[in-house]
This record gives sequence, C-alpha cells and structure tokens, in this order.
Amino acid sequence: MTAALVLIAVFTLATAAVALSLRNLIHSALLLIASWFGIAAFYLWAGAEFVAFAQVLVYVGAVSMVVLFAVLLTRRSRADTVIGPDSVARAISAVITGVAVFGVLGVAILKTSFGRLSPADVPPLPGGTGVSSVISAPTATVRDIGIQLMSTHAAALLIIGILLTVALLGAVVLAAQEGPESKHESP
Amino acid sequence: MSLDPLPLCLLFSSALFGLGLIGALARSNTILVLLGIELMLNAANLNFIAFWRYGPATSPATGVMFVMFSIAVAAAEAAVGLALIIAVYRHQKTIRLQEANRLKG
Amino acid sequence: MNLAVIPVAASVSEWSDSFLERLPLFARDWLTSWLPEPWRWLVNSLLSIAVILSVFGLLFAYVTLAERKILGRIQNRPGPNRTPIPFTKFRFFGLAQPFADGVKSLTKEDVVPRGADHLLHFLAPVVLLAFSILTFAVIPYGRHLVPVELNAGVLYFFAAGAATELAVFMAGWASRNKYSLLAAMRALAQLISYELPLLLAWVPVVLVAGSLSTTEIVAAQAGWQFDIIPHWYVLTPWGAAGFAIFMIAALAESNRSPFDLPEAESELIAGHLTEYSGFKYALFFMAEYFGMIALSGMAITLFLGGWHAPSPYLEFIPSYVWFMGKLSALLLGFIWIRATFPRLRMDQLTRFAWKFLVPLALINVGNAAFWSLSLHWSGPLQIFRWLISAFVVVGPFVLLGRKLSAGVAPRVYRYAV
Repeated sequence: MTAALVLIAVFTLATAAVALSLRNLIHSALLLIASWFGIAAFYLWAGAEFVAFAQVLVYVGAVSMVVLFAVLLTRRSRADTVIGPDSVARAISAVITGVAVFGVLGVAILKTSFGRLSPADVPPLPGGTGVSSVISAPTATVRDIGIQLMSTHAAALLIIGILLTVALLGAVVLAAQEGPESKHESP
Repeated sequence: MSLDPLPLCLLFSSALFGLGLIGALARSNTILVLLGIELMLNAANLNFIAFWRYGPATSPATGVMFVMFSIAVAAAEAAVGLALIIAVYRHQKTIRLQEANRLKG
Repeated sequence: MNLAVIPVAASVSEWSDSFLERLPLFARDWLTSWLPEPWRWLVNSLLSIAVILSVFGLLFAYVTLAERKILGRIQNRPGPNRTPIPFTKFRFFGLAQPFADGVKSLTKEDVVPRGADHLLHFLAPVVLLAFSILTFAVIPYGRHLVPVELNAGVLYFFAAGAATELAVFMAGWASRNKYSLLAAMRALAQLISYELPLLLAWVPVVLVAGSLSTTEIVAAQAGWQFDIIPHWYVLTPWGAAGFAIFMIAALAESNRSPFDLPEAESELIAGHLTEYSGFKYALFFMAEYFGMIALSGMAITLFLGGWHAPSPYLEFIPSYVWFMGKLSALLLGFIWIRATFPRLRMDQLTRFAWKFLVPLALINVGNAAFWSLSLHWSGPLQIFRWLISAFVVVGPFVLLGRKLSAGVAPRVYRYAV
C-alpha cells in the first residue's frame, strides 16, 4: 500500500519539478500534464474513483488543451517556445521560499499526532503504529455523490454553474477581441 | 520517515505545493506562472482526498464534494487566466511578466 | 474477466446460464487452475488483456479489409481480391490482405524529419494507441464478460477518450511542419467541438438508468414488452435521438468520414500525420479503428441493450455473439456512411456541432427527465407520453435544421445515368 503511494508521489513530484524547470515551453506543459495523471493515480489509490476520472477528464482533457492553445497563440515564431534563461537571483530566492514553506508545513505535519480518528470500535494496535492506518476506506459511490450534490450542496452546484458560465463568457470576450494590427503571426 | 499513510500523503501534497510555489515565483513566463498556480490548487485537492480517506467519517462524500468543486473552479480560473494572457500578448507582444510594467511609477 | 457474481437483472429464460454462456468462464478457470492461488488475479487480468488485444486486433484487421471491399462494391469495383494465402495459390476474396498490409507497414522506412522533436514524434502514436485500448476495459461483451467492473465506468471510458486528444497535438507539434501544426489545431478544434455532444448524448441514458456503471446500464435494458419489443433505449424517442447524436459525434471523434478533414489526402496532405510513415502511420490508423470499435461498443451498451437478445426466443444464441453481431452492424453502418456522404468543411463541421447538435442534446436531456418522471402514467396516458416525447424530439430538430440551412440555395440533384 505505502509502496504504491511512494511510487505515485515520486512520479508526480519528479514530473512537476522537471516541468517547472525546463526551457522548452511545450515540454513543460506536457510534463505538467503527466503530473496531473500522477495526481489522478493518487486519487485512485485513495479509492476516490469518480474524482480520479473527473480529474483526467477536466484537467488532461480540457485544461491541457487550453494551455497548449495559449502557448501556440502567444508566440511569433517557433523559436518563441524556447524561453531564455531567467534571473538566477530570483530563482534562488524562490527556491528558498518554497523550501521554507515546505519545511514549515512538513514540521507541522510530522509533529501533529493524528489521534484516534476512527470510530470507537477500532481497537488500538500494540506497538505504537499510528491509528490512521487501520481506518477502513470510505466509499463514495456515484449514487452518494449524486444525492449529496442534489440535496446538501444544491446551492453550491448552481453557483458553480453560474461561475463556469461567467468564466466561459469572460474568457471568450477577453480572447476574442481582434485588434486592427494583430495579424502578423507565423507558425 | 514515518510509516503512517496520512502523514505521508500530507507531506506529498506539501511538497507539491512547495514546487508549485517555486514555479510561480521563479519563472518569468506568464504561462509557467499559471501552471505553478494550477499545481498549488492540485496539491490542495490532494490534501482534501487524504483527509477524506483517513479522517473522521462525518458524511461519506464531503471530501469528494470539495474536490469536485475545487476542480471546477480551477478549470474556470485556468481558462480566464489564459484568456487574459492572450489579451495581454496582443498589446505587448511578449508574455514576460517583467514587461507588463506600464503602470509603474 | 469478472468472476464476481453480478446481480444482473438477467432475462429469466433457461438459456441465461447455459453452457455456451459460461464457456469463457470455464476456459478461464481451467487455465488459472494450473497456478497457485495468490497469482490468480494477475493471470485473470493478463488473460482478459490478451483476449481483448487479440480479438479486437483481428477485428481491426478484418474491418479494414471489409471497408475496402464494401467501399469498392458501393463504388462499383471489386476491392482488394488478389492477395493469396502465403505459399498457396488460394485467393479467397483477398482475405489475407490485412496481413500483407501489416507486413508492408512494418518494413517501410521510418522517415523522421531532421528538426523534428524525436521524443514527442515517437510518443504520439504510442499515447494515442494506449488510451484507445484503455477504453476497452469497461465495455460488457457478454453476460459474464466485463474486464473491469467500475462504479463510474462510463466516466472512465470518456476520460480515457479525452486523453487521446493530447496525442493529436503532440503529433502535429513534433513534426516541425507548419502545415502539420495548422492541421493538428484544426483536428483538435474538431475533437473538442464534438466531445460536447458526445458527452451530452449519454447523460439521458444515465439519468434513466440511474447508474454510471456499464453493467447496470445493460441490466436496466433487460426484459421484453409483449415478448417481442425489447426495452432497449434506442426504441424510445429520446433514446433514438440520443443514439443518433452519439453516432454522429462518434464519427467525428474518430475522424471518420464525413468528418475526416484532419486526415484526408486532399487536405493539407495528411494533416497532422504528414511526417509519419511506416509502422507509426499504421499505429495511428489502428488507434482510429480501435476508437471506432470502442465507441460502437459503448453505443451498444448505452442504447442498444448491450448483450441482450432482441427477443426471448432468440436467447439460445450466446450473449457475446449478440454483442459481436450488433458491433458488426454498427461498423458496417460506419463504412456505409463513409461511402455515401461528402466531406464536411471546417466551418460547416463546427457550426453543425455547436448550433445543431449541442442544443438538440440538451433538449434530449430534458426529454429523458420528462420520460423518467412520467414512468407511472398508465393506460391511454402512455400514448400521450410517447407523443409528447416524440414531439420534443422532432420539433426542435425541424426548427434548428431549418435555421441551420437558411440562406443556402435549394439542393439540385444530378444523377449519373
């Protein structure tokens, strides 16, 4: 169990790290898409099948297309997809910031004792292994998700619908305004 | 390294968040900054699913609900962000963040 | 194949569990009985993978042959009939043609442009084929024959299908050819436009069946009315409309005629496949045909009742034979459409998707909601239910169709005599 988690984590972190450090923009985008696959694999490992397939459908199927089209539409020639080197000082300070944030979060996680979170009928294990490993996996069938969406979270569903419509219309309006001098791009 | 699955998952998502933060801060290409932000959103979703799997069972699908809405919002935000990038590109013909400083004092 | 006893609402004739139905399970059990217990699940999975790959690989080979022969006959010519079985002189209607094609594509030189992105150029057909084959995992091929039983099976199928669009982009970009890139973007625009009608077409089915699991959707279409009319969804007004929309969107999603702008020879040479030759080209076509077969399989599961027989008297024929029969009928339909309709232009294509199919699919969802809410109407009200449902299908179709073809001159047919 944990071995699979470590494998998925290593794959996702590696692809994400390489994606954000490459010079070639298209390769960066494609590696990030691979890291989204890794995250979907984590969802499958945790037993949330519906979320995993939704992640693939939305991110890999749609957001990836938006990103790739944006990359292709914001360049003047093929050479523009290879970006020049960024400022090293800013990169170093960014790495220090990122590592500091991860350090703070990591220390907080390791120091917290996730106590008995399961129902009271789970007996404590001798030998001191954490209780979190004996909690049985919850199952969220599609029926449960549907019922929850329509009853408890119905308002949120409608708001999300409005938000997506507004975002779609806004994106179309923003990206579709043709200036009079915008026609000299060559692929 | 602890062997509990829950701290491992949380460390994984924190590491991913840190990577997204580094990406968003260090690169000067706007699209890569946006991809870093997407990565941070995904890391937060990982957190939700980790606690849904190993946390107290309040209702069977709350964690999943959060993640569904988060994915929807992240997709909408990516679409709007990239449309903004295209619109900015039309004016300044590059997408380097440092070039977008016309309002600088 | 799934061994779990699925509580399928099976048909109640004595043929439900006949020997022929259980034959694949007996074969599988016999094969895995040679191995110790802990390895059985692995061998089960490997066995189902091997069976799917071999059966659908052979089906792909013979669908290409059938396509060429049938296209030929419709165009008043015989199609390929010269390839003999190796080392003999028996030609048999060119039945060995697919193997000759395979040998040809394997031995052709693999030309890659010098400035091309070699890694992406190599990965594009691999990714496309991998995701096309992954979609075969959730289709129920027979009463006891589902490779993977997933609670959200239909969603998995379309998620894997959506991931194939990446490979089209990778192919167009990696070729370092501006025409390939332009054609890849056009192909992507087509794929994205038709993904929406494709996804909206099965929402009514899930609404009425109440589940995203493919086995449960097939089980919901069991049973017969008056022992003659099956409960398949295609025989309801909203189901017929949904089936039509699904088939048209499936044609577009697998880049088949009349939507084959991305790969037609007269359009930008071969579109995003221009710089591919030899085996990689063959892999692209294999992926296209696998996509066609998988989408037909899903259409059968969603609308045509899966592996159910059309009448209880015909149930002695095993369920997987019925599935293959329906699959063959749909594939023949695909081939027939290819031979008959001219190709659509890019703007006609996108206009058709966004202004015609998407509104119709949305109205269909409302129609199916009305259908499932009026389930308890009985007696003469049933006729009203059918009439209202049919009217909600036909009315918008006629109105939208008139609006779509407004401004176009009346059609003049000239036949070659």
